Amino acid sequence: MTDPAFQFEVVIIGAGPAGMAAACAAASSGKKVALIDNTPWLGGQIWRGEQGHPTMPQAQKWIESVRRSGVTVLENTSVIAKLEEHKLLAEHPNGPREICWQKLIVATGARELFLPFPGWTLPGVFGPGGLLALVKNGWPIAGKKVVLAGSGPLLLAVADGLKKRGASIVSMGEQAPRERLLRFGLRLLRHPAKIIQGLGIKKRLLGVPFRYGVWPVKAHGGERVHRVELTDGQRSWTEECDVLACAFHLVANLELPMLLGCKVSQGFVMVDEWQATTAASVYCAGEPTGIGGADSALVEGRIAGYAATGQLDQARALFAERRSWRRFQAALAEAFELRPEVKKLASNETIFCRCEDVSFERVRNFSGWREAKLLTRCGMGACQGRTCGAASQFILGWGIESVRPPVMPARISSLLIKN
Amino acid sequence: MSDGVQVFVNGRAVVVAPGTVVAAAVALAGETEFRRSPLGSPRGPLCGMGVCMECRLTINGQSECRSCQTLCETGMRVQTHD
Repeated sequence: MTDPAFQFEVVIIGAGPAGMAAACAAASSGKKVALIDNTPWLGGQIWRGEQGHPTMPQAQKWIESVRRSGVTVLENTSVIAKLEEHKLLAEHPNGPREICWQKLIVATGARELFLPFPGWTLPGVFGPGGLLALVKNGWPIAGKKVVLAGSGPLLLAVADGLKKRGASIVSMGEQAPRERLLRFGLRLLRHPAKIIQGLGIKKRLLGVPFRYGVWPVKAHGGERVHRVELTDGQRSWTEECDVLACAFHLVANLELPMLLGCKVSQGFVMVDEWQATTAASVYCAGEPTGIGGADSALVEGRIAGYAATGQLDQARALFAERRSWRRFQAALAEAFELRPEVKKLASNETIFCRCEDVSFERVRNFSGWREAKLLTRCGMGACQGRTCGAASQFILGWGIESVRPPVMPARISSLLIKN
Repeated sequence: MSDGVQVFVNGRAVVVAPGTVVAAAVALAGETEFRRSPLGSPRGPLCGMGVCMECRLTINGQSECRSCQTLCETGMRVQTHD
């Protein structure tokens, strides 16, 4: 019997922009709503505050809205399995939780795409977004020499954030060619706020070398990274650094929606105009349906929250705004599309699966993910293939066929819970 | 700012600001290596958001904790290389 304290009419998984917007919209119906997140914070990764204090006004506003909405916030709570229809199993530091729902909104966000290259396992190599998240929670960065490389609009935003906190930015390298990014800049004319934001960042980063059409080929160091080798395809050079922040844009967090039976197409959860997935009573909003950033996620979240609670007119009123953000999503995908060269960064000896130390040579000739897992333990370690699985999809074209519970490493005691 | 939070990283006392995650306390204690991979190569945090598990270590005797997602609490005992 589930504790009545954990029975809700609407449950939202993920307290980033999409989840918070969904929670507020759903709560406006008067229904009993819960917002679950696996961190101690509201705001998700994109709105990570400074040591627990939100810094962006927009984030602050939404966090206050959630607090006032009457939504039950379940923080530090990781959903690990589906127990039966309409019942989730989650883990909290104080023990397992069974959480019942009538409508479910999945807003699990995105993570950075890491592609293996020689030296990428060295301490001091981070994802740019991840590094900034750590720095906002006390990781020492002042005085450190940082090279940023890879792809995506996060590179600039992170460089700005790190510089503000005293890091010395050595250089930034974006793999996308200059022409494509200029075209993207022109398309942003539809979203003037994005341009103003971008120009502000550019101004603050004046004097920091930013190169287009550049990507990393090797990180050097013994116990930690000391140097990184970069290339523009014609020539290569090395730069000294204490930290290399490198990722290749974002990929959707699909493990939970897939576990819940939501159909996925080309890397994203399929949704209809109400943000409803192919799984009954399950909705999805934000990055899992397409990478578009916080503003795009907010609109989708609101539509999902309204639709899940039968407030269809309110949902419909946001369709035009969503259309505009869908165009932005398409422009983003086109601008930061990865060049084929970054599929070839790993050498035979490069570790492909970090958890199980499986080299690229051992996995590259398998026909698919399942076979590679069975015969090499690739993707079978602690991260459950979140890192190398995403890389294998991009580099080797493999698909992830299935997701099995628990979707996150869990305690035995959590799994012994009686149904 | 309110008072610092004292934690112990591999037995060494470190005082951090409230709201600091355990991974940051480990870095502030001067440790660069959080764990060793199965073949013995040094590892530290990669994703910073609870996905990659490279930052996992032992907190108050509980192994396999994601240090990037756990806030420091007074008196916490943190052990790298679990």
